[in-house]
Amino acid sequence: MGFPQSFFATKFGITAADLERYLAEALSKGGNYADLYFEYVSTSSLGLEESILKNATQGVTLGVGVRVITGERTGYAYSDDLSPDKIMQAARVAACISNGPASIVKTPLESMGKRDLYPVLTSPNETALMDRVALVRRADEAARSADGRVFQVQVSYADQLKHVLIAASDGTISFDRQPLARMNVSVLAREGDGTPQSGYHGGGGRVDLNWFQNEKTPEHFALEAVRQAQVQLEAVEAPAGETTVVLGPGWPGILLHEAVGHGLEADFNRKGVSAFSGRIGQLVASPLCTIVDDGTMANRRGSLNVDDEGSPTQSNVLIENGILRGYLTDKLSAQVTGGKSTGSGRRESYQAIPMPRMTNTFMMAGESDPGDIVRSVKKGIYCTTFGGGQVDITSGNFVFSASESYLIEDGKITRPVRGATLIGNGPEAMRHVSMVGNDLKLDEGVGVCGKEGQSVPVGVGIPTIKIDKMTVGGTA
Amino acid sequence: MKNAPLEELVVAAVKRAQTLGATDAECTASEGAEFSVSVRKGEVEKLKEAGSKAVGLRVLIGKKQGSAYTSDLTPEGVEQMVRAALELAHITSEDPFAGLPDPAELGKLEGDLQLFYEETALVPAEQKISIARQAEAAAMAADERIANSEGAGFGSYAGSRVFANSRGFVGSYRTSSCSLSTTPVAKLGDTMERDYWYTMARQFSKLESPESVGRKATERAVRRLGARKIDTQKAPIIFDRTLAPSLLGHIFDAASGETIYRKSSFFVDKLGQSVASEKLTLIDDATLVGRFGTSPYDDEGVTSRRTPILEKGVLKNYMLNTYTGRKLGMKTTGNASRGLSGAPSISHGNLFLEPGELTQEQIFKAIGRGLFVTELIGFGVNIVTGDYSRGAVGLWIEGGEIAYPVSEITIAGNLKEMLMDIAYVGSDLEFRGSVNSPTLAIGEMMISGQ
Repeated sequence: MGFPQSFFATKFGITAADLERYLAEALSKGGNYADLYFEYVSTSSLGLEESILKNATQGVTLGVGVRVITGERTGYAYSDDLSPDKIMQAARVAACISNGPASIVKTPLESMGKRDLYPVLTSPNETALMDRVALVRRADEAARSADGRVFQVQVSYADQLKHVLIAASDGTISFDRQPLARMNVSVLAREGDGTPQSGYHGGGGRVDLNWFQNEKTPEHFALEAVRQAQVQLEAVEAPAGETTVVLGPGWPGILLHEAVGHGLEADFNRKGVSAFSGRIGQLVASPLCTIVDDGTMANRRGSLNVDDEGSPTQSNVLIENGILRGYLTDKLSAQVTGGKSTGSGRRESYQAIPMPRMTNTFMMAGESDPGDIVRSVKKGIYCTTFGGGQVDITSGNFVFSASESYLIEDGKITRPVRGATLIGNGPEAMRHVSMVGNDLKLDEGVGVCGKEGQSVPVGVGIPTIKIDKMTVGGTA
Repeated sequence: MKNAPLEELVVAAVKRAQTLGATDAECTASEGAEFSVSVRKGEVEKLKEAGSKAVGLRVLIGKKQGSAYTSDLTPEGVEQMVRAALELAHITSEDPFAGLPDPAELGKLEGDLQLFYEETALVPAEQKISIARQAEAAAMAADERIANSEGAGFGSYAGSRVFANSRGFVGSYRTSSCSLSTTPVAKLGDTMERDYWYTMARQFSKLESPESVGRKATERAVRRLGARKIDTQKAPIIFDRTLAPSLLGHIFDAASGETIYRKSSFFVDKLGQSVASEKLTLIDDATLVGRFGTSPYDDEGVTSRRTPILEKGVLKNYMLNTYTGRKLGMKTTGNASRGLSGAPSISHGNLFLEPGELTQEQIFKAIGRGLFVTELIGFGVNIVTGDYSRGAVGLWIEGGEIAYPVSEITIAGNLKEMLMDIAYVGSDLEFRGSVNSPTLAIGEMMISGQ
């Protein structure tokens, strides 16, 4: 499919000549680069609670953002109206960042080669509503029938279909159709009159409805949420202080996202404000660690055919056998530092300026048997599920909340412990990785990453690993 | 103060929904213009200027509801939204408690609440850029250990919000706001620390001076240098007034009608009981002139008001919108909140703790030895159980005075016990954002360190 057959060309009658005209206006006062980001998003969401489908919402947002870069300066304006005069006006506002003779747009604009990492013929957003309603009802029934102690079930389902068109003064046009769907189940369970405990699970990706109907089913998410609440009903107080931490495979990869990923985003590094700044080629983690950010994985939540600046996404090795190999770069950072974009320029919407961001971040599998890793620990904790995390990229200190964890005593997993925050310093924690399992697993597709007020979907993954020393913020 | 075109649009959307079969409907729209600039090392880094509009609709067909929103305000876009909301109302379930507020609850505060200042919208871009530069320069100049900068930013917003429902309510109000912040980076050996300070106001001329913002940001960054990890121990914890609001937020969440009816709050069945120290009186007040949490009516068109949550430690009220009020057999407290999409949820107006007697320094003296927390990170708060565990940065207090900075530690406890164990409430209440607290000291919490 060429540009003339694409969504924005057919629905809004936008032509390559229009795009060239807007870009010329954006560069009318000079600048190194300009781009246009058109976005059209259809969303739907369903909320079921007390076995009642209480809320259902559909929405449409559309708009275009115009960006002009001159040196390290960015001018930005947007319009939620796609009429030519409004886009020209936005281009004129963005152009004001520069103050000189006009720069040239490379023409004719050419469409970039297409690939399809999420060949979803009918996106969930385009299916019959009742099919999606059936999914949330299935989850509710599964959770309620799983355990009589469950007394509250909330199921939410949300999908979106996003069409984007990116035209840049470097002569490129990219367009993409980005489906995304997610289901979440949260439950409360209680033993007699005891304190209620919660359990939560969810997942999704750039998938079709069949994925929820047959692969990762509502029953799967519901039973996992119930299991977590069941574990919490038995949990004792978490320990306080430094201890050995074993992370289970999958979602605990959020450790890498916080401890390493953010600190390797090129904007922080070109400014020298990250704990990893100026350390390319140095050993910044245990030699057992190889960490990759890969935006090209099929159907995954963090994947994109092209990033939000029109660059194809890539598989980027960040740390190889402990050595820092590279940063995550967008076009601006690449231009300033003289490198190439790693396809990591992302933005929340047409109203937001792109930044270097992660896609799917994970650690490659190692050699150790996961059972051996646990057996090697005399005293410590084993964490399998996490809530959110956060990092101060300058000091390198990061936290994440363990929502399911267990004591390890004499090489055996014993009692479950209550939720606790784990805190560490990114580079230091990575040096303390002493075993890496052979069981790499990716998360099931719920990650949302926030940076400077912009949220984007991401994925994480990790094999079972052992960190010799971390601080666990329990009360016992 | 009216936004006539947008008022017409929302009223028309409500009527159209009724024509197409809705028994009730409410529509909200917002329109606004934003400006933001960031400067770094004196140079403009990013400059953004734009306006946008969007509209959201909730419809009821009997006791079934659906909602939709759009940023496409053309007649076709609005028609599509109305039809989508109605289509959804056909597929949702009967919910006996769903519905618009009782007509008697609808209303607006009279008089000028001073939420909008023309001057904020009219400040020239050059001046906005200039004060951001000044704030950063002041931060860089304030201490020789400031080695780098993450820059300074100025942002402003002016917009209006319009609301109408099928019970005859139509209202609109304008708001303006602006803010200035800077984030210097301090260096000692090969470790770096950053911190920030900001000021925000509805009126441009009420912003703190850029010099003061820069100086405070640098004081905060520099005092973190040389931080150490401390031993795992139990100790008194003093929350700086910039952080104590997060605790007020947790109390608010626990008192919110949503967590109460779902039985997902540690305040379930606690109304009228003593749940906190007598030192705590917590008020939600959306009527204070000019404040960030003020509005003439809530997002369902219910008159704004003042509601005590805690009075001398006793839980006086749950915080409710129409739906949660009906679920609990109570009346709304005017705390409905919604964006453009979906059903109303719950949020506060101006949430604040009544101040006590002691200054921060007097609290340090009275405590003698403990941790003064200046930053919290992470999300380790469970409103169902009250379990609390968060990453912390702060200053160790020894002999009633600041001794040295600490970091890479956590503080943990349970909110139920923490609220009972309030040692001191400071006298230093100041209104900045919509949640405000004086310095707050807790008798004892677990610190995890080395």
